[in-house]
Amino acid sequence: MLGRTLQEVSAALKQGQITPVELCQKCLSLIKKTKFLNAYITISEEVALKQAEESEKRYKKGHSLGALDGIPVAVKDNFSTSGIETTCASNMLKGYVPPYNATVVQRLLDQGAVLMGKTNLDEFAMGSGSTDGVFGPVKNPWSYSKQYREKRKQKPHGENEDSNWLITGGSSGGSAAAVSAFTCFAALGSDTGGSTRNPAAHCGIVGFKPSYGLVSRHGLIPLVNSMDVPGILTRCVDDAATVLGVLAGHDPKDSTTIQDPGKPFMLSSLTDVSKLCIGIPKEYLVPELSSEVRSFWSKAANLFESEGAKVIEVSLPHTSYSIVCYHVLCTSEVASNMARFDGLEYGHRCDIDVSTEAMYAATRREGFNDVVRGRILTGNFFLLKENYANYFIKAQKVRRLIANDFVNVFNSGVDVLLTPTTLSEAVPYLEFIKEDNRTRSAQDDIFTQAVNMAGLPAVSVPVALSNQGLPVGLQFIGRAFCDQQLLTVAKWFEKQVQFPVIQLQELMDDCSSVFEIEKLASVSLKQ
Amino acid sequence: MAAPMLRGCCLGRCWALACIDSGSRHGRGAATGFTCSGKRGQSFVAQQPLLTAQKSRKGEHKWAAVVGLEIHAQIASNSKLFSGSQVHFAAPPNSLVSFFDASLPGTLPVLNRRCVEAAVMTGLALNCHINKKSLFDRKHYFYADLPAGYQITQQRLPIAVNGSLAYSVCVGKKWRQVITKTVRIKQIQLEQDSGKSLHDELRSQTLINLNRAGVGLLEVVLEPDMSCGEEAATAVRELQLILQALGTSQANMAEGQLRVDANISVHHPGEPLGVRTEVKNLNSARFLARAIDYEIQRQINELENGCEILNETRSFDYKLGCTVPMRDKEGKQDYRFMPEPNLPPLLLYDTASLPAGADPQQVINIDRIREQLPELPSETREKLIQQYGILPEHSFALLNEVGLLEFFQNVIKETRAEPKKVTSWVLNIFLGFLKQRNLAVNESPVTPSVLAELLNLLDRKVISSAAAKQVFEELWRSKGKTPSQIVSERKLELMQDEEALERVCHTVMEGHPQVVMDMKRGNPRAINKLIGLVRKVTHNRADPTVIKEILEKQLSS
Repeated sequence: MLGRTLQEVSAALKQGQITPVELCQKCLSLIKKTKFLNAYITISEEVALKQAEESEKRYKKGHSLGALDGIPVAVKDNFSTSGIETTCASNMLKGYVPPYNATVVQRLLDQGAVLMGKTNLDEFAMGSGSTDGVFGPVKNPWSYSKQYREKRKQKPHGENEDSNWLITGGSSGGSAAAVSAFTCFAALGSDTGGSTRNPAAHCGIVGFKPSYGLVSRHGLIPLVNSMDVPGILTRCVDDAATVLGVLAGHDPKDSTTIQDPGKPFMLSSLTDVSKLCIGIPKEYLVPELSSEVRSFWSKAANLFESEGAKVIEVSLPHTSYSIVCYHVLCTSEVASNMARFDGLEYGHRCDIDVSTEAMYAATRREGFNDVVRGRILTGNFFLLKENYANYFIKAQKVRRLIANDFVNVFNSGVDVLLTPTTLSEAVPYLEFIKEDNRTRSAQDDIFTQAVNMAGLPAVSVPVALSNQGLPVGLQFIGRAFCDQQLLTVAKWFEKQVQFPVIQLQELMDDCSSVFEIEKLASVSLKQ
Repeated sequence: MAAPMLRGCCLGRCWALACIDSGSRHGRGAATGFTCSGKRGQSFVAQQPLLTAQKSRKGEHKWAAVVGLEIHAQIASNSKLFSGSQVHFAAPPNSLVSFFDASLPGTLPVLNRRCVEAAVMTGLALNCHINKKSLFDRKHYFYADLPAGYQITQQRLPIAVNGSLAYSVCVGKKWRQVITKTVRIKQIQLEQDSGKSLHDELRSQTLINLNRAGVGLLEVVLEPDMSCGEEAATAVRELQLILQALGTSQANMAEGQLRVDANISVHHPGEPLGVRTEVKNLNSARFLARAIDYEIQRQINELENGCEILNETRSFDYKLGCTVPMRDKEGKQDYRFMPEPNLPPLLLYDTASLPAGADPQQVINIDRIREQLPELPSETREKLIQQYGILPEHSFALLNEVGLLEFFQNVIKETRAEPKKVTSWVLNIFLGFLKQRNLAVNESPVTPSVLAELLNLLDRKVISSAAAKQVFEELWRSKGKTPSQIVSERKLELMQDEEALERVCHTVMEGHPQVVMDMKRGNPRAINKLIGLVRKVTHNRADPTVIKEILEKQLSS
């Protein structure tokens, strides 16, 4: 039952094959069994069970609220949840319990969704590995999959290599792991430079970043206001569309949302792709791209072509400036957004009370990790009067050029762009932390981040397993506010590739082996 | 302290008090070595007043002062600029704070339509160009009463620019000559107010009240076109009246709804402008004028003594009557301005550019707001002069007190007395009584209709004007009595019995043969003496003109 998609389990609830409470309990028990993944920061067991009971009452009366009623979902811990601690994986917000729900959370709850808990992330979503949060790194469920472990056994490495678990990617790694490990049917992530699509690709699930302005950011603790979008992580494209139907639309509390009210929509099943034009941006073929991902990418292009679609090479000439441009804009907004964390109104406050300034300084030193502090310092540098024109204004201009690249390509008749989501499959944690957060973020966002600059919708769809038995995802990028068209194409593609289901049976049946693994992992970490 | 500041003060010194108590004008500025055009009536008025330092009385150095103002006016609105919290002056601390106002993470600003309309209306009233597209920016600084660590303002592209404010100063003999001056308005921007900090030095802690945090402000930037405290104070007073007439701000300085920062420098005419200082948080017009004049003189003294002026921020110590450097503003602040990413550009329309089928709730039409502009103070004054033939300075005085104009107009409606008579009564006697007792117009025990009745009695010659003043005093003491009641109780009617009056006149003339003789010899003052004597005998109840007629008749017979 837990392995099903949201749509399937929704049907099962409707038919009475399972009740919302039973479903909730199954998920809760799996969450506990997979605690070592560190996917959740907070498990909201009591709230979840209460919501499930209410849902059950509705089903009994025949008044279910719709496709999401009784469906277990998880929410990244940077969305405000009323009465439930919201930490951003930071000391700064440990113990902070928001008095209100983010609009997207409220909309899920209004549809009867059951909130299982708050998922792990990089501190304040600053990272691409889900390794840099105060609650520790998230482990990729695929590390424990039959597919991956069998491949590893074939290799001449020792058994100890089990300690070499993989990262999920990030920063929404907790949400990706939660969906991938069957502990919920959909999860919210946030996507500022790829934070939803990147972990989705590494965890073998669908990661969707809607158009900027389609989904409310009210209650999402911001990273970069002008690029943040709530992301959706699900097991299939249809499920992402279902959740989008609930979340999308104007929110009077977010002035950057479109005026149209949202409406639920069903994705039609595309049977004919011959009228489609798929663009392949040549700048995305970078030397760092792994040959395996590259070959999946070209296979996908061939697939479209063989089915009659027009596949053309296109150019997004300013792509290479995206990373450095993002660095300036992101850190500047971070410097501004983080200014509110001063320990006065909420969150961590230090014990020093010599002066207000001393209190600010110590509070912020204790509350933020090095990554956050580094970005704050950098951003403030860019915003200084003498630097503003040279950095911030220039970066804004470059951002416009990057956005125009996309406009030009779409105006030339391209419907959807097809690109890799990541350079390679997930890497082991010990490998990942050899580079610092900044380097990693710069490398890992390379295919995803320009989309945020332009506010476009994009979705990562799992394609196949690599030689190592790990998932690889490809990204589709659509025209602004053509989210439905984008998902329709993604759905067609998903059907063609038939990505294998993760085999976690061993893990779900026999937890003892897993706990051993965890011990080994922690030992190796302490070295 | 607050109340007199508000009512009497400000520009009271310039207008209202001129009619009542011109003595109060001499309290200020005697020691300072410069003169200001708006102030001294005795002599010549320069367009650009020259300031003379003590040493330079002989005419070696002339100084000119340059004053610019930044005025923050709280927008009269039920809710804050970007949140739904209510706005009240005296609410319990931290009782009007939304999640956004407390900067809870994840909250977003939502622009208050009313505040935008108020800004547009103010811009139109101040002859500004209204920008159809304006932008919001973040201004960063750490302060305990600024919860987000930044203020949302309009630094790059404000909602209104390039306006002007005309204000008038009275000069000449008896301040009868009105000179209109104009100060250019650089811009009007929408921005958030901060909260309030209360420093408890004893326990070395700071208490924060966020009720004010996020209240909408209009920042009005006046170009440095003024040259002394008086001019600045008069300009601020005119702006205050305009805001109140528009209803866009209550502009009550005592309640902090109108706050002024002044930029001040001095230089020799013909030379480049001097280094300027900023005097912050001037919360009454009296202190505004005093602080500016003090600061001008201080700068002149510094320069005369060979010192330099520092580009610094100062505050006015009203107890000591001087400006002092602000310790926490030492060193240059870099506000690290950045566009506010959560607010799209603010777009305004006029009837020509209004998109077809636009939801009226979603758009603001500048032309519609222009149509709703009420009468401005300058127009009201012009009308008063035209309609009632009153003096320009009286028109200023009538507008200067809250409710006084309405009181005046209500009296006029109910009396047959001449408008000039009414003006004189309202501005001299009525206002004088209010000032003495430190009351506002709406606190007066004498209502417009009571005063109208009194003036009617006077007009119909039922009582003399001396008796009328007596009645007025009585009205103040014994609430509820009508003027007629008081007149009859006190027997204050003029003698209507002409025969009786003739008898009194006859008796007086007989008793003073020497005066009668003087008069017959052609001394014109002698008859006044006789009139006075008759009035004394009749206890002021006889009409002097009637007495005069009778005396002249009896003399010639």
